[in-house]
Amino acid sequence: MSGWSNERAAEIFPMVLDGFWVVLQVTLVASVIAVVLGLLVAIVEQSAPPAVRRPVSWFMQFIRNTPLLVQVLFVWYAVSLYINPEWSAFAVGSAVLGLHYASYTSESFRAGIEAIPKGQWEAATALSLPAHRTWFAVILPQMMRRSTAAVANWLIAMFKEVPTLFAIGVIEMIAQVQTYTGLNYTGDVEGYTIAGLLFLAASYPVAVAMRRLEIRLAKSNY
Amino acid sequence: MPSQTTDPIIKFDRVNKSFGDLEVLKGLSFEIGAGERVTLIGPSGSGKTTILRLLMTLELVTPVKHPDENGGVIWVEGAPYSHMEKGGKLHVASERYLRQRRQKVGMVFQQFNLFPNMKVLRNVTEAQVHTLKRSKEEAESKARDLLDLVGLSDKVDNYPNQLSGGQQQRVAIARALAMDPDILLLDEVTSALDPELVADVLGVLRDIADTTNITMLIVTHEMGFAKDVSNRVMMFDQGVIVEEDTPDRIFSDPQEVRTQDFLRAVLSE
Amino acid sequence: MDWQTIIDSLPSYAEPFWVTVQVTVGASALALVVAFGLGLMTSSKHLIVRTPARTVVEFIRGSSVVVQLFWFAYAMPQLLGIQFDYAILTGIIALALNYGAYSSEVVRGAIAAVPKGQLEAATALNFTSAQKMRLVILPQAWPEMIPSLCSFAIMLLKASALVSLVQIIDLTAWAETLGRRPGQDLLVHLGLILVIYFILAWLIWTGMRALERRAKRGLGQGHPTTRTKDTETVGGVLGGLEPDDHVVTEGGGDRA
Repeated sequence: MSGWSNERAAEIFPMVLDGFWVVLQVTLVASVIAVVLGLLVAIVEQSAPPAVRRPVSWFMQFIRNTPLLVQVLFVWYAVSLYINPEWSAFAVGSAVLGLHYASYTSESFRAGIEAIPKGQWEAATALSLPAHRTWFAVILPQMMRRSTAAVANWLIAMFKEVPTLFAIGVIEMIAQVQTYTGLNYTGDVEGYTIAGLLFLAASYPVAVAMRRLEIRLAKSNY
Repeated sequence: MPSQTTDPIIKFDRVNKSFGDLEVLKGLSFEIGAGERVTLIGPSGSGKTTILRLLMTLELVTPVKHPDENGGVIWVEGAPYSHMEKGGKLHVASERYLRQRRQKVGMVFQQFNLFPNMKVLRNVTEAQVHTLKRSKEEAESKARDLLDLVGLSDKVDNYPNQLSGGQQQRVAIARALAMDPDILLLDEVTSALDPELVADVLGVLRDIADTTNITMLIVTHEMGFAKDVSNRVMMFDQGVIVEEDTPDRIFSDPQEVRTQDFLRAVLSE
Repeated sequence: MDWQTIIDSLPSYAEPFWVTVQVTVGASALALVVAFGLGLMTSSKHLIVRTPARTVVEFIRGSSVVVQLFWFAYAMPQLLGIQFDYAILTGIIALALNYGAYSSEVVRGAIAAVPKGQLEAATALNFTSAQKMRLVILPQAWPEMIPSLCSFAIMLLKASALVSLVQIIDLTAWAETLGRRPGQDLLVHLGLILVIYFILAWLIWTGMRALERRAKRGLGQGHPTTRTKDTETVGGVLGGLEPDDHVVTEGGGDRA
């Protein structure tokens, strides 16, 4: 048993910070995937024929309702067994994380699309706008406004789940703490506390900003 | 006007009420005798509803320094109500004191405010059981009598949102009466109702006015009802009493220009 | 891969399955207590009650559940010198605090969404604060909370897999262990538990739907309201929930 030690904290802090840096990188990559894929799924669910729409929707539902950790493990082993064992845990982990959260962001995007008054679609039809113009000039700009805050909140949630990738060997914060404790037989208290506080320091300001944005958007007229 | 030889049941002594920078009542004073039926009229924002809400303690008076000399106090049944006496001086009332004092005051709201999670019968019994500590049997028999009085004895097992607005409001009246109030506050009780449902509710209130001696303060736009039921009408504008008189006199021969303008506007609706 | 070996190994899932169920149910129950405790406190009009609760909620929500789990498993025993004999208790507490903090926002939102007139009527009938909460506010707020609480319960089920990272042998840990044995196939086992998790999520969702229907009947609403229909059109085990608060506050608006 040992309490908090400032010396150990000072030793371990740079390591945890390295891990935190990796977390940020994963977050960045996975965010791009979550947003692009989520948007794509939302558009497919809104406009594709049932034969495409239904399987996509079922698949996303499955993703949304099963643990990220098991998905990550499944894909990681599948890739290393059947595709290419050289692929990095960083790449595979980011991809699965992005896919997992795409199953959430697609719902937020879809809610944003559904909130657009029917008259907007009808007006686009009345003007004989081609489908891609309807989407890019009319629907998506209006949807973005409605979905931004919700999607951003999902990305914050995703950021906090990055340490899950520890399980496939991504050297994030938990891996860093365990490296230290493995060598020194101590440092758990400092390591995990610092890791938790770093998350807090990074996510709290963003969350507050998002809440402000949400309130502002809710007050704006449309 | 009724003679006020008895002590007033309600007394406003230079009462102030502000919401932020907005002064709604500015040193308002008036008295109401026991058993009186007083209708408050006036344009919206004139402070009528605020008076009822102060009496129900849904709002608290804006405190005045040295209430013993400067007033700013509401008195009910001869005792301070917005304030309490402590060491011979008046202090702003505590929640505990208010809870004790508001027992004898009941209110019916514009939006009914029945509890949607309780059936009609329980809406009427709940407060009897939990705040008056009546037995369940006693509360139920009282509730059934009152629901019978308001013509809804067949609805005891319905949920409020299975009833029409008029029926809900009659339940709300029964619920308020079940508490045996000495003072009943009626805040625009027909304003949220469809026109064809207004008559039933007013009929019930007329019955109650005829058969009880409950003191009533009524805020309403139904001038016919005000004329039938009340023995005094107070015309408010901007937080002060512009004019007060018997309903006959005030409706047929208003003295003040603001009263004339207001009545003309209301009656032409 | 040898199918017979795999099939023969299936009964060994019984115990890890039970661990996953225990962690999920135990943490959900405890999270509900935490959610109501913190939710009632953050709804308080007294700053002395509200501020500490708000701080705890922001603190827990701001950090990562994965890190919190490791903190409870490795840092807390060293810090306090206590070690639970019952290892899964660590997992239960960490998950319950995290999801309890999130759910407290649902509780707070649903309480805030009860129309003001209800409180005024309760004051007019001279209820005490406690009676108002128990007899008037919570019975009305509860049905509004159910869909969001259901979403959090499913998230908690998913997060329960994380306990495998802190030496607790749940479904996930067992699939990994078993899958690496000779004659076994790791992907088959991981695929199998994915399906089991999905079925469990579906069970939670179905149970909560029934609960919601019952709760709405208690408000005299025979048919699910608009809000429930929303959940339906999302057509999923999991409704279109948002990760943060406001879930209920938005839906509550249509009752005014």
